[in-house]
Amino acid sequence: MTETAASAELRRTPLNAAHRQLRAKMVPFGGWDMPVEYSGIVPEHRAVRTAAGLFDVSHMGEIDVQGPAALALIQHTCSNDASKLEIGQAHYSGLLTPQGTFIDDLLVHKFADDHYFLVVNASNQDRDFAYLAANNPMGARVALVSDAYTQLAIQGPRAIDILQPLTDVALSPIRYYWFTMGKVLDIDAIVARTGYTGEDGFEIYFAPEHAERIWGALLEAGRSHGMIPCGLGARNTLRLESAMALYGHEIDETTTVLEANLGWICKLEKAEFLGKDVLVQQKQTGLSRKLVGFEMIEPGIARDGYPVVADGRTIGHVTSGSPAPFLGKNIGMAYVPMACAATGTEIGIQVRTRVVKARVVATPFYRRPKA
Amino acid sequence: MAYPATYRFTKDHEWVSAEGTVGTIGITDFAQQQLGDVVFVELPAVGANLSAGESFGTVESVKAVSEIFSPVSGTVTSINAQLATAPELINQDPHQAAWLVKIELADPGQLAQLMDAAQYETFVAEEAH
Repeated sequence: MTETAASAELRRTPLNAAHRQLRAKMVPFGGWDMPVEYSGIVPEHRAVRTAAGLFDVSHMGEIDVQGPAALALIQHTCSNDASKLEIGQAHYSGLLTPQGTFIDDLLVHKFADDHYFLVVNASNQDRDFAYLAANNPMGARVALVSDAYTQLAIQGPRAIDILQPLTDVALSPIRYYWFTMGKVLDIDAIVARTGYTGEDGFEIYFAPEHAERIWGALLEAGRSHGMIPCGLGARNTLRLESAMALYGHEIDETTTVLEANLGWICKLEKAEFLGKDVLVQQKQTGLSRKLVGFEMIEPGIARDGYPVVADGRTIGHVTSGSPAPFLGKNIGMAYVPMACAATGTEIGIQVRTRVVKARVVATPFYRRPKA
Repeated sequence: MAYPATYRFTKDHEWVSAEGTVGTIGITDFAQQQLGDVVFVELPAVGANLSAGESFGTVESVKAVSEIFSPVSGTVTSINAQLATAPELINQDPHQAAWLVKIELADPGQLAQLMDAAQYETFVAEEAH
């Protein structure tokens, strides 16, 4: 409950004082002192599903990859096919080990034929940068530029109406997972239609000295739309309802892209990339386990790390488990043997001393209504 | 929220109020604030024996699981069934409506070893700092 001793060594985003002024509950996350909640995870989660929420996600890392070999480096180290990206387009990808497992997951934005912008997890950014540098015989220019950016996420069905009056960019023509350069207030920004909540919304990147001004202007503009500031707690429950992976939970260096159910970011038809051989092999021989979603069918909440049991044996572990505040169910994700992976299969979750019944369900748990 | 003057408190943020040999146990306002929105409560069965300082149930928020430790020893005579369907009562009224269990006290003398309201208030002021 008391984190005061550790917080001295934690990094702070430019909005740290603003969060404290809003009386956010602060926690250490990935080496950063971050807001976990302001008004509460449940109201924040609901605000994003029904109106909008504003998140400070400046802890995320940014890496610039430039030069004639930029694409070659990304194609060699990442699972998705960045040659398919157009300028102004982004996609989700995996930075892979030679075993086809995850160094990190990331967003790849194409600025130009010789310039890509990667957004990576806070706690992995130094490692990602070192890994890219170490796997770069082609000689792309790689730079860790996290300190040059504040990142805010405006998420929810009202996000577009809140952000539009504050920017010179026409937001409506930006398609999902596309971005553009423009101004927010009078400040240069990257405006991307991306997010980690399962809702429509935007992620904006700009120089940190403007953080308080833009944060304040967005909060003010959003108030009449029902937007509230949201912390990492709601960010986690929102992404879980949408069955999006979180590094260190669903994916890490022990899980392959295919096991993680992320075949859609694994382009085996690419000529070459780290881990391709293992993944091709895995696809041919079939998986032995797979990431699935489940919901509890008896009272009880699955939590990260709880054993999954069947016939009295532990068959896997919960990677993320939580109440789903919008769905009103208790849900989770876990790796289970293929024999237990089919939708509808009943499994048990070891909740302390009890085994509580759960059922494998299709993911995502939540899908936003079509506009 | 004021801490009731007649209650006794633990360092784990439970309270106990005694009337004769019947003790009522709950968690404090400070505890519910730290937890956030309570979504699930797990309580022992009537008849269970509780030992002072030992875990007898859990209170869960969206984010966290928190064990509840019994302030004193005794046998459970009733549980607050309302919490199964309305766990949010713990956030709304932690010192009254959201009591967790009533017990037959094994040794009313144990109460004297716990903090009184003034001592607990000082304790949480330091903890929150």
